[in-house]
Amino acid sequence: MPQTASLHLTNRLHIHIVLESESERERERGARMAEAVVLLDVWVSPFGQRCRIALAEKGVAYEYKEEDLANKSPLLLQANPVHKKIPVLIHDGKPVCESLVIVQYIDEVWSDGAPILPADPYARAQARFWGDFVDKKIYDCGIRLWKLKGEAHQEAKKEFIEILKVLEAELGDRKYFGGDAFGYVDIALVPFFAWFYTYETCGGFSVEAEAPKLVAWGKRCMERESVSQTLYDPLKVYEFVCSLKKKYGIE
Amino acid sequence: MDQQPPIPPSDLKLLGSWADSHTHRVQLALKLKGLPFQYQEEDPLRPSAALLIHNPVYKNLPVLLHRGCPVLHSIIILHFLDDTWPHHRSLLPSDPFDRATARFWSHFADDKLAPAVAAVFSSEGDGQKAAVDQVHQNLKLLELELGDGGAFGGRRFFGGDEIGFLDIVLGCGSYWLAVFEEVMEVKLVDPEAFPRFHAWLRDFEDQREVKETIPAIDKLLEYARTVRQMMLGGGATAAAGDNAASN
Repeated sequence: MPQTASLHLTNRLHIHIVLESESERERERGARMAEAVVLLDVWVSPFGQRCRIALAEKGVAYEYKEEDLANKSPLLLQANPVHKKIPVLIHDGKPVCESLVIVQYIDEVWSDGAPILPADPYARAQARFWGDFVDKKIYDCGIRLWKLKGEAHQEAKKEFIEILKVLEAELGDRKYFGGDAFGYVDIALVPFFAWFYTYETCGGFSVEAEAPKLVAWGKRCMERESVSQTLYDPLKVYEFVCSLKKKYGIE
Repeated sequence: MDQQPPIPPSDLKLLGSWADSHTHRVQLALKLKGLPFQYQEEDPLRPSAALLIHNPVYKNLPVLLHRGCPVLHSIIILHFLDDTWPHHRSLLPSDPFDRATARFWSHFADDKLAPAVAAVFSSEGDGQKAAVDQVHQNLKLLELELGDGGAFGGRRFFGGDEIGFLDIVLGCGSYWLAVFEEVMEVKLVDPEAFPRFHAWLRDFEDQREVKETIPAIDKLLEYARTVRQMMLGGGATAAAGDNAASN
């Protein structure tokens, strides 16, 4: 293994000769860089997963910290005092909150990696619109699918299917929402791909039947390492929701 | 600064409503950036064919048409203006962390503060008391950020020495606070409890471009009184109330 000798001159003119192997220095550098980026998150959170996918797409090393939402860490409370929610990205000690704000931040800071938002201003505006649509619609309607019963449940089911169809229409025959390039809207939506099984099981419908292009898109996204390494098995997500239902006393 | 050809007014068309704070955000932004535009007044309760075509998902205002292509949601429109005309006065800060901070607080304005203010307008009795408390909680958070050690500590405006993105987002809408204080006879922006926020709002409303954008307070008062009366009068016009309250 090649050895590198470094000479350090101190104020007292002591000469220290530090012998380090190159790979050891690289390991340390990587560790230091990872410490500079910390993600406070919860394993199953689709919002946290957006950030993990964006960081992976950009090849950014970071430290992952799992939060217990029933017992929030002092770091989380300090980093997000307004909402006390995950995810929070802490970069060089400075906190960035809210998943899509974090994704945009990652895109702007690590701008030498593949762009997440497109270059064209109109395409950017459309991407922001659809990212916001996903934010406003999927999670809240999804919760109603497994929390509510009777007529309210039927309403939620109708609404959720409508949301899927709107997204399917927007995707059209494109490879990704970003066109040929995997991008912002794909990152905003794809974590929910692992929740489709839960939604259709609790909702009493089939996502594939209602939105086959969306399912095909999800499978294409899963071919990307950033996505497959981040999303959990849909059955695991379903187990998690079942445990929540038990906790809230929902049948 | 690069020499750019003058922008024909026909390139930009804004569909909006005179009492809609989100429309005001875009009007103010266009004015600050020196971008000429055409304006089309819309009735939010009776959307035009153009509005339905350009915003089929939400059917709401404002809609900015750039060479016929629609850009929706005021915050997205502000980003679009900066992206398309980067050599005109920037609305958003240039540093990524500052941009993230501005975006975070713009969501706070729309997701927390605005609904709390709307709740003051549309409620009565104990419900209204609770709504007023909620507004105070939210203003407290902003007051903290304007203070020493806060994200915007020591600044005249959220954007620094000049108004920027977050001033536009928070400012266009904050004038309802004074209107609701009078119409509802509640205290929302107590200058003693929120001295920094109060000073910022006063400075914001004093800017020439802001004065040229926001309707006269007596027009807003009249509008709010009318809507409030209709709301208390019957459920059929609750939609109008929601519209005014969420503006």
